[in-house]
Amino acid sequence: MSFLSVKNLTLRLRDNRAPLLRDVSLEVSAGEVHGLVGESGAGKSMIGKAVLGILPRAVEIAGGEIWLDGVDLLALPPAARRKRVGGLAALIPQDPLTALNPSRRIGPQITDRLVDILGWKRAEAEARALDLLGEVQINDPARVMRQYPHELSGGMRQRILIASAFAAEPKLIVADEPTTALDVTVQKQILRLIAGMQARHGTALLFVTHDLGVVSKVCQSLSVLYAGRILEQSTVRDFFAAPSHPYSAALLGATPKYTDPEGSLTPVPEAIIARLRAEIAAYDEAHHG
Amino acid sequence: MADLTDGRGAVKRRIGTRLWLAGGWLTLLLLAAVFAPLVAPQDPLAQDLFLTRLPPFWEKGAEAGYWLGTDSLGRDVLSRVIYGARLALVVALVAGSITCIIGSALGLMAGFLRGWVDLVISRLIDIWMAFPPVLFSILLIAVIGPGLHSIILAIVIIDWTRFARVVRAEAMAQGAMDYVASAQVAGRGRIGTMLREILPNVLPTIVVLLTLEMGIAVIVEAILSFVNLSISTDDPTWGGMIAEGRASVYQAWWVLVFPLITLFLTVLAFSQLGEGLKDRFDPVLR
Repeated sequence: MSFLSVKNLTLRLRDNRAPLLRDVSLEVSAGEVHGLVGESGAGKSMIGKAVLGILPRAVEIAGGEIWLDGVDLLALPPAARRKRVGGLAALIPQDPLTALNPSRRIGPQITDRLVDILGWKRAEAEARALDLLGEVQINDPARVMRQYPHELSGGMRQRILIASAFAAEPKLIVADEPTTALDVTVQKQILRLIAGMQARHGTALLFVTHDLGVVSKVCQSLSVLYAGRILEQSTVRDFFAAPSHPYSAALLGATPKYTDPEGSLTPVPEAIIARLRAEIAAYDEAHHG
Repeated sequence: MADLTDGRGAVKRRIGTRLWLAGGWLTLLLLAAVFAPLVAPQDPLAQDLFLTRLPPFWEKGAEAGYWLGTDSLGRDVLSRVIYGARLALVVALVAGSITCIIGSALGLMAGFLRGWVDLVISRLIDIWMAFPPVLFSILLIAVIGPGLHSIILAIVIIDWTRFARVVRAEAMAQGAMDYVASAQVAGRGRIGTMLREILPNVLPTIVVLLTLEMGIAVIVEAILSFVNLSISTDDPTWGGMIAEGRASVYQAWWVLVFPLITLFLTVLAFSQLGEGLKDRFDPVLR
C-alpha cells in the first residue's frame, strides 16, 4: 500500500462553490519523489496543502479521502490530525522570505517541532539542528542558530527551511515550488540539495512545480494537472519518452531549449485548450448539475 | 584575507535623539509626580488672596517661591502643574494599558481566527466607531458619575477599537505568511500559533499604539477635567487649570499657558517614544 494515497479529492471555494480540484487521485509510495506539474491555477499547490491541512480558509474539502501511512486524515478530528501530520510530514515552502518567523531566532524555529510535538529534550533537538544545518552546507551553524531571518540571504533561508523540514525525520515532505522565489544560480544548488537529502533520508517527496526540467531531474513519477483535473500520471521515464496526453506533449514542446531559445517558445495549441475546457465543462455538468 | 561574513547581523541602531528627549521628559514628569510633595515649592491647594495673579519669575512683580506665578485664587501654578501630573500619568498608564490589552486581544483574535469571531468583533468595532467619542465619554461619566475609575473606564470603553482595528489588520497580514503554515504543519494549534508566532510580530505595532494611546488618555482626561467631569474639582488637573485659566487669560496668561505646554509636551513625548521604540524593537526594521 502506498504511503500517501489521495482518493477522489474534490476541493471548492466556500463562497461560490467553484471547484478547484476535481476528483484527484494519486499514490506516492515510501521514498518516492512524485512531481505535480501544471500551469498556475491548475491546483497543484492545493493538493499539497490539503494533505498537510493548511488549505486557505476560503477553500473547503467537498469530498475524497487522504490516506497517510494507513490512516484517513480527513476522518480524524483536527487536533489528532495535526499531531499525525506533524509527526509524519513536513513542508518546504515556496517563499523563503516569509516562511521564517521574522521575530524569532533561527534555532528555536527549527527545534520547536522536535521539542513541542515529538517531546525531544531541548539539548538533543539543538544538536540535531546543528547537524542538519551542517548537512545543508551552512557555515558556522551555531552562529546562524542565534540569528534572525532578516540577517540571512534568501538562499540561506531556503537551506534552513530544508534542514527544518528534515529535522523530525518525516516520511513525507511537500515541496511547494521550493526554487521559484530564488534566482537561477541558487535554484540549482537548492534543487541538488533537496535531491541529495531526499536520497540520504529516504523521504517521500511531493514536488510541486511548473518546471518540467526540474521534474526530469528530481522525480520518479509525476501527475500533470489542468484546471484541477489530473490528465496524465506516469513514471518520469515513460513521460519524457512518450507523453500520452496531447496537452502533456504540448507542455513538453513548450519547454525552452538552450539550443533554440526562441524557436522552442511554442504555446499550447488552441485546439487542445478548447478540448480540455469542453471536457472540464462536461465533468462539472455531470457532477454538480 | 577580507572578512566575508554577512554584515546584516552587525547593524546596531543608536538610541536616537527623539527617544532621548521623549524618554527624558517623561522620566522627569514621572519623578516630579511621584515625589510631588518634595518637589512642589508650595501647597497646590493653598489659596492666598494677597498673592493672586502673580506673574512668572522673569516678569516684573514676581514673587520668589512662585516660579510660574499664581492663579486668581493665589495658588502656585508650578505646584499645581506638578500635582496635576499625578492624575495625568496614572490615567495614561492604567487606562492606556487596559485599553491596549483588551483592544489588542480582540483584534488579534478577529484577525487570526477569522470566521464568526471576526464577524462579531468587526461589527462591534463598526458600531462603536459610529459614536462621537467625546460626547460618548461625557455621557458615560454623567451616567456612572465622576471619579478616577470613571475616567479610566470611559477611556477603555471608547478607545479599545483603536487597537482592535489596527491589530486585526496586522494579524491578518501575518496570518497569510508561510511561516504560519509551517508552524501549523509542525503541529502547533490555532491558539498556540496565535500567541507564539503572530503575537511577537504584531508586538512592535502594539507598543507604538500603546504609547500613542497613553498620550490620547492624557488628552481625554484633560478634556474631561476641562468640562468638569474628572475627579473632585479641588485636586489640581491640567484640564481643570486650563479651564480656570481661560477665564483670566487676558489678565494672567500663565495660568492657561503652562499647563497647556506641559500637556502638549507630554502627549508629544508619548507619541515620539512609541516611534523610537518601534525602530529599536522591530527586528526587521520596517
